[in-house]
Amino acid sequence: MSKNIETLHTEEKDYTTLNLGPTHPATHGIFQNVLTMDGEIIVKAVPTIGYIHRAFEKLAERRPYNQITPITDRLNYCSSPINNMGWHMTVEKLIQCEVPKRAEYMRVIIMELSRIADHIVCDTVIAVDTGAMTGFLYLFQWREKIYEIFEAICGARLTTNIGRIGGMERDFPEDAWRRIHAFMEEFPAALKEFDKLVTRNRIFMDRTINCGPISGERALEYGFTGPNLRAAGVDYDVRVMNPYSSYQDFDFNIPVGTNGDTYDRYSVRMDEMWESMKIIRQAIEKMPSGDFHAEVPEFYLPEKQDVYSKMEALIYHFKIVMGETDVPKGEVYHSVEGGNGELGFYLISDGGRTPFRLHFRRPCYIYYQAYPEMIEGGMLSDAILTMSSMNVIAGELDA
Amino acid sequence: MSELLNKIQQHLNTHCENAVLSATMEREFPCLVIEKKQLFAVLTTIKNDLGFSFLTTMCGIHYPDQGEQEFALMYQFHHLPNNERFRIKIFMPKSDLDVPTVSGLFATANWMEREAFDFYGFKFTGHPDLRRILNMDEMNYHPLRKEYALEDSGRDDKQDKYFGR
Repeated sequence: MSKNIETLHTEEKDYTTLNLGPTHPATHGIFQNVLTMDGEIIVKAVPTIGYIHRAFEKLAERRPYNQITPITDRLNYCSSPINNMGWHMTVEKLIQCEVPKRAEYMRVIIMELSRIADHIVCDTVIAVDTGAMTGFLYLFQWREKIYEIFEAICGARLTTNIGRIGGMERDFPEDAWRRIHAFMEEFPAALKEFDKLVTRNRIFMDRTINCGPISGERALEYGFTGPNLRAAGVDYDVRVMNPYSSYQDFDFNIPVGTNGDTYDRYSVRMDEMWESMKIIRQAIEKMPSGDFHAEVPEFYLPEKQDVYSKMEALIYHFKIVMGETDVPKGEVYHSVEGGNGELGFYLISDGGRTPFRLHFRRPCYIYYQAYPEMIEGGMLSDAILTMSSMNVIAGELDA
Repeated sequence: MSELLNKIQQHLNTHCENAVLSATMEREFPCLVIEKKQLFAVLTTIKNDLGFSFLTTMCGIHYPDQGEQEFALMYQFHHLPNNERFRIKIFMPKSDLDVPTVSGLFATANWMEREAFDFYGFKFTGHPDLRRILNMDEMNYHPLRKEYALEDSGRDDKQDKYFGR
């Protein structure tokens, strides 16, 4: 499959320059790659990114802490609740706020549901790029069901702004529980069906095995995290290494691959969906009673009737809405296991109402730089497949 | 975690003399400030001898009021087998933004350095491809510096006095 690049360079040939993107229907987002092609073989690839750069790190320096949550929605928009909660936990670390167990379990359920949604997108799109449209159509409706759960919990679907600093904005309503239980009951059959349709399909396997591989060592050098790193055989998972939000209470496995190729990336994500189901099931079973948010009146909006009848509540309401809450000085780093890997927030506070500096460690941005190395020497059609199996999300890439 | 800090500090004191300017725990996170001149030597030894081979993230920071220490770069490392993390900072004045590249040591630093260049204007000497990455090439300033206010300076309805600040 992969021809030696050295020999390609020494042969005197007319190479074709191909502009793949920025808006190419096969690239699932705005990515540009200037490819030097020898026939169908990619000799050199130069990626250009930044087409949807929105200067989030700059915007965050002007916004109060609670108003930064909607920015994080737009990083990896396939699993925005994970970003929201990662940000909330970062602020909680800074203000040293203890979150009740119930809120943490609720967060776990939501984060694992969004991980499933994220992996559904990635895996079904890999299938589409290999020509298996049917599987995509069957499984994609379950992402819709997950969005309906989010809608029942917080009213939004894609860019959720779910939860608050200190916990959740409200307890799960009856409707959300009903939908979660229905999902838990019906999704395994659908996932199994997709699994049967695609995973051991001869054409799919021939197409994806050894396509865009990367070794474990190389992946670590490039700062890979998440499913893409685990596909290369390194079992690094933030949920296990640095448990947050009570992940230490749950029993689950970390699936790993061996070759780091498209098939392994696909399989790791498939297995992770099963593990996520396991976590959600345990969280539902062990769901503790109690409060769903911490006692942080400076960050947590009071009840509306209190605002009209109590002085303190009115003051806090005003301060939160106007963004006048000062936070302690400090420097924290918090990371969560996002859909694509370690999503980190490096936050410097100088004691004011807005962060002094906020840096997002976006997994996509960091591992996309390995893309040229992974596709050079391969076929153009493999490059498309490699990109979709890396699950590069433009929002997270460009921040 | 402060044992980790001591360990790194001692190691650096023996291998790179006078490199460590300060070593503190920031919210239970080891944090070292090192001499800028020694950056490459320090990063080489912590990667090769101490095993911190995973560069989690790096970014620039601008402290407009700090004079000789106006600009800073933060590198955060992770020792995956031991699960130990720490961060290194270097400071420099605005007149001297030349920093040796570490993209040869950590492949992942390539784009991180391009981002820091794009946002703050650090010149990474020896970088293989130091171009802007997120902003357009024609841009002639570095937008994350604090002198570029986010809000339109002509607005007078958002002055701090109206908010009691």
